[in-house]
Amino acid sequence: MSHHIVEVQDLKFRYPDQTQALCGISFRIRHGESVAIVGANGAGKSTLLLHLNGYLTPTEGRVRIGDYQLTPDTVREVRRTVGMVFQDPDDQLFMSSVFDDVAFGPLNLGLTPEEVIARVESALATVGVGHLKQRPPYRLSTGQKRRVAIASVLSMAPDILVMDEPTAGLDPRARTQLIDLLKSFRHTKIIATHDLDMVVDLCERTIVMHDGLVSADGPTNEIFANEKLLTECCLEKPLRMQGCPVCSGKG
Amino acid sequence: MSAKIDRAIYEIGHLDTLAAGDSLLHRLDPRAKLLTTAIFVVCVVSFDKYEIARLLPFFLFPAVVIGLADLPLGFLLRKLLLVSPFVLFIGIFNPWLDRSIVAQIGPLAISGGWVSFLSLLLRFTLTIGAALLLIATTGFAAICMAMERLGTPRVFTVQLLLLYRYLFILIEEVVRMIRAHSLRSFSAKGRITYRVFLQMLGNLLLRTIDRAQRIHMAMLSRAFTGEIRIVRQFRFGYKECLFLGGFGGLFLCLRLTDLTALLGRLVLEITG
Repeated sequence: MSHHIVEVQDLKFRYPDQTQALCGISFRIRHGESVAIVGANGAGKSTLLLHLNGYLTPTEGRVRIGDYQLTPDTVREVRRTVGMVFQDPDDQLFMSSVFDDVAFGPLNLGLTPEEVIARVESALATVGVGHLKQRPPYRLSTGQKRRVAIASVLSMAPDILVMDEPTAGLDPRARTQLIDLLKSFRHTKIIATHDLDMVVDLCERTIVMHDGLVSADGPTNEIFANEKLLTECCLEKPLRMQGCPVCSGKG
Repeated sequence: MSAKIDRAIYEIGHLDTLAAGDSLLHRLDPRAKLLTTAIFVVCVVSFDKYEIARLLPFFLFPAVVIGLADLPLGFLLRKLLLVSPFVLFIGIFNPWLDRSIVAQIGPLAISGGWVSFLSLLLRFTLTIGAALLLIATTGFAAICMAMERLGTPRVFTVQLLLLYRYLFILIEEVVRMIRAHSLRSFSAKGRITYRVFLQMLGNLLLRTIDRAQRIHMAMLSRAFTGEIRIVRQFRFGYKECLFLGGFGGLFLCLRLTDLTALLGRLVLEITG
């Protein structure tokens, strides 16, 4: 199915202050794949994500989402296809009730009120926060906010989910629950994160970024087994793949 | 200091919690409540500046609302007290400026200034009280929606909605800054100097601009085209008509006729 493909070709991007954030990135993500984008701070992960929904326009290179090459004309279609979950849910939840927030996208797509209500109900039920419908977003816990933020994207029925640090700021249980929730989604998933243990749980493929370039792209297990690569890119093995400090007597 | 701000945020948020209640009044269409409150406010403020007696019957409305919607009186009175310094400052000079004697109770001469000051206080209590009650029974978002349905330009209602939504986050940001400052300022009891204050303010502006950009990004990625749409089923049924007609009529009646004097005369005639 060609319409769920994300293809980035030789993508370069320079910010107006001349910072070269991306220096020629290429990859191709197929339908249903779950891909992690990892890298040190400032490696260019967030800049890359902002290209995937057309917020930034490449200085050079091409981005292709499904059947559309990303251009100002197709940006609307692309944004419908790509659901973007931002790192800080407070940025994403800007309406004054959970319901209004989740309804925001579908209403902009021009659906009828009945359809909108049905979509909102089903999105909230999927992430398990149906009971919070009438609450103002700022009164929710971070875990709940994150779920609502995901619902606000699911209600637009995207094919591709792009997430920036979905587990940041969550307590361990909320984190595990979120990972289970994301596991249950059949969407193509692109997740930028520092939570490498989540990557092991969720993504079969990992793209390692370093200084605006792709350092490695391959199966998660292979990438995380390559200690030299991880050290070069300022990363460390997921805790789960490191030796147990108690058993090995290093503790 | 930050503890006080924390408390203030909690209290603003508490009004929203009250608005989530479920009573006959809460369920009324926001438009009916908004219009009734508007008529109430106009009637109250349009009285002559020495009027006291004719304002008193208007307390019936807040009393009924508080009763029907089961609102905490103490909390609302505290909110009123919080705003009261403004009106006290406006009115406090009346007794000095206006010394004409309007009434004489035994040896005590009452000047027009005191009467108008009292009248101002009553009006303040009634109007701000009515506004608070409107928010506590309706919720800010629903009021904005009602305003829009009644013809307020969308630009204003959207601004109000976003302002209200991000007020809390802005205050939290300020609280965090003040906390960080007071933790590292060992001298002067954590007082913020003018120079530091300017820098903090500048910093806050930059952070706000950043956040605005991120919010805009989030809106764009959800197909935002410059217009905020909201689904709301508004129903203006017979209950709403009854509420608006009943109270609106009563207020106009109280405004246009001197009901208190009429009643007084009636009682005098009966007893006399």
